[in-house]
Amino acid sequence: MMDTAIDRELLEKIADMLGKPVGAFNIRKDSGCDGRQSTEHIQITSKEDKPGIDIRIQPGTTGETCHIPVIITKPGIREMVYNDFYIGENCDVDIVAGCGIHNCGEQESRHDGVHTFYVGKNARVRYTEKHYGSGDGTGGRIMNPETVVYLEEGASIQMETVQIRGIDSTKRSTKIICGKGAEAVVTERLLTHGDQVAESDMEIVLDGEDSKGRVISRSVAQDHSSQVFYPRMVGNAQCFGHVQCDSIIMGDAKIKSIPAITANCTEAQLVHEAAIGKIAGDQLLKLETLGLTEEEAEDCILKGFLA
Amino acid sequence: MLELKHLSYTVHEDGGELGILNDISLTIGDGQLVVFTGPNGGGKTTLAKSIMGLVTPTEGRILWDGQDITGLGITERARLGISYGFQQPPRFKGLTVRTLLTLASGNQLLSKDRCCQYLTRVGLCANDYLDREVDASLSGGEVKRIEIASILARQGKLMIFDEPEAGIDLWSFARLTETFEQLHASGDATMIIISHQERIISLADEVIVVGEGSLRHRGSPEDILPQILADTLGGCPVLRKEAAVL
Repeated sequence: MMDTAIDRELLEKIADMLGKPVGAFNIRKDSGCDGRQSTEHIQITSKEDKPGIDIRIQPGTTGETCHIPVIITKPGIREMVYNDFYIGENCDVDIVAGCGIHNCGEQESRHDGVHTFYVGKNARVRYTEKHYGSGDGTGGRIMNPETVVYLEEGASIQMETVQIRGIDSTKRSTKIICGKGAEAVVTERLLTHGDQVAESDMEIVLDGEDSKGRVISRSVAQDHSSQVFYPRMVGNAQCFGHVQCDSIIMGDAKIKSIPAITANCTEAQLVHEAAIGKIAGDQLLKLETLGLTEEEAEDCILKGFLA
Repeated sequence: MLELKHLSYTVHEDGGELGILNDISLTIGDGQLVVFTGPNGGGKTTLAKSIMGLVTPTEGRILWDGQDITGLGITERARLGISYGFQQPPRFKGLTVRTLLTLASGNQLLSKDRCCQYLTRVGLCANDYLDREVDASLSGGEVKRIEIASILARQGKLMIFDEPEAGIDLWSFARLTETFEQLHASGDATMIIISHQERIISLADEVIVVGEGSLRHRGSPEDILPQILADTLGGCPVLRKEAAVL
């Protein structure tokens, strides 16, 4: 487990892992299992009918973390993985996923994954998913993650997705269905460069009374890269939803942002904001007056924006 | 010492030339507090910006500590100890107050205590603000005070403040004038403050009235303040008439 420097670098980048993690974990490497540990409250088992794992967290589990990173270190790997999470009532847990691809070859490496969460009553989940690519091969590094979340009454998920550099093509799909009093907060951070393309399709359905949804999406598109965002919020009951998309555009990049809000109930309150613009000149000037060069100022603004 | 020699700034507009600054020469000694005041659009901000390098004069030279800095960029001037507090500071999504103060100080390990000191001097409590982003969630007055705190953290030898009082409430303003007074008393920095506030003007070693791109009057606050009031009344026929009735 974690045998090579590449393994360790990828795992640190995507899951902040600096050695064997504490608690439950499953490390998937090059389409195989590189290490697994279940705990008293969190059981991880392989699926029998298709690739992937089931993660079952017992009701009332609090303060535990489950790491399930995926790494691909060889060119030419194409995989489709199904992971299902069953989170019991009244849990309060952290789940750290993420995918790292190191491709030094000419063939493309591709990871497609479907994560489905069933979050029980009054359970709280913080879910982090980081994507990272490295290696100087000409083969593409491709990731297409799909996340589906069902929140029961009073349940909540804070989902944080980060893709900073290295992924040539990504198509992300997220769907969250909120029951009564449930809350979904999705924070998305994305940076594309070179000729990379990224698409994020998101739908939050506020089905239950007093449910809340919030999407905070920040992205930077550099060079010739292109991005498309399609965040949708649907209010089917008395609910509150807010979609906020901010993008910084640079070089010859292209960004399309199409937020949509749909109210199917008079008590639904939905708001969307979307903005695309280049780095403001007065921000650069201010940081230059603090002794930063123009390049340092630009880096600092982007780092803060995507933090 | 700051020396401005025959500084002019001209823009081309509608086929003609418009002089924003006209042949300004000025010397400001070390540790001096000089206030630029005068009517809106008179050239105060352009003059101050040309010292920081935010505006490039079309003619003239600027010397700082004997070094000709006319051809230097903003970053180089900042590294020579010149700092500038903007009248309308920009907001940054994602950049926290602590990061801004750390960048300003040039010290990656700037302690919370130091940040707290800078913020206290502009009337803000560090616990409430350090981890907040300098974004649209802050009021104009808060952003302005954080801007001034960033200049304090910079500890430059020349501090330029463009209307520091603008948008700041009365209570914070009193704290701010105390801070300027203490900075001046320490003698560590030369200060240029663009201001219309009598309280700030009265702190100055020298008050310079800038109007129509030139230095109209120079003198002590005692000499200049009555002149400013007289000019205000004298310049407006309506006010003159009202003054006569009174």
